[in-house]
Amino acid sequence: MLGDDELHVQIRSDADVVLARQEGRRFASRLEFSSSDLTVISAAISEIARSILEYARTGDMHIKLAEKNGRVGIVVVARDEGPGIRDVELAMQDGYSTSGGLGLGLPGARRLMDEFELRSEVGRGTTVTMRKWAR
Amino acid sequence: MLVPILRQGPYLIASIQSALTDADLLRLRDDLVEQVGRYRSRGVIVDVTVLDVMDSFAVRTISSLAQMIKLRGAETLLVGIQPEVAFTMVQLGLALTGVATALDLEEGLSYLDERDKGGERVGGR
Repeated sequence: MLGDDELHVQIRSDADVVLARQEGRRFASRLEFSSSDLTVISAAISEIARSILEYARTGDMHIKLAEKNGRVGIVVVARDEGPGIRDVELAMQDGYSTSGGLGLGLPGARRLMDEFELRSEVGRGTTVTMRKWAR
Repeated sequence: MLVPILRQGPYLIASIQSALTDADLLRLRDDLVEQVGRYRSRGVIVDVTVLDVMDSFAVRTISSLAQMIKLRGAETLLVGIQPEVAFTMVQLGLALTGVATALDLEEGLSYLDERDKGGERVGGR
């Protein structure tokens, strides 16, 4: 954990997935998010943290305040040095999974957040950046 | 975090007390599947009132729990899904297949009671 303006959670176990979504919710609650939005943010963090755990084993999640065109919100950056994603387009499709899951993690998180960007390099790792703007 | 499982008549009630890890959820599933046989329970209620989020892993685990319980001859009922949680589950595209739901524990118990009465009538009383 860092100062007030940034939250850092290392993802190494399933307990860290819970910690990331709880701390993320707490961090976001300082802005004017509705309680639905806070749940949405928490669920998106949970899905992304879990995909780090499943595919890369470990990774880092940074949650910060964001600002654009007079709007405020939060930005979540999740980074791992795992195997990377060979076919990003396929990975973003509902129901596609190579881990036996529901295949809703990445596409679900994209639907939940306002902005979602995924960069992946095979053999190097994956970075997900997602934002949600407060009302 | 262990989830306490209470016995109330022919039913088991698992009332989740705090956020659960994946391992906790799997443990709950295995415990319920085992106890349904040990106590010859006809219904299982999982109370998720305190959960402020349910992600794809939680939904997948609860769906598989319900299927296993069904194979053991009992029915699973999920109660207490909060409005924000329901909203988020729909957005995520998560469907709870094969799991009955009720608003809260009270509704859940009366649903199971009604169902059991109905079953007896079908049985020829």
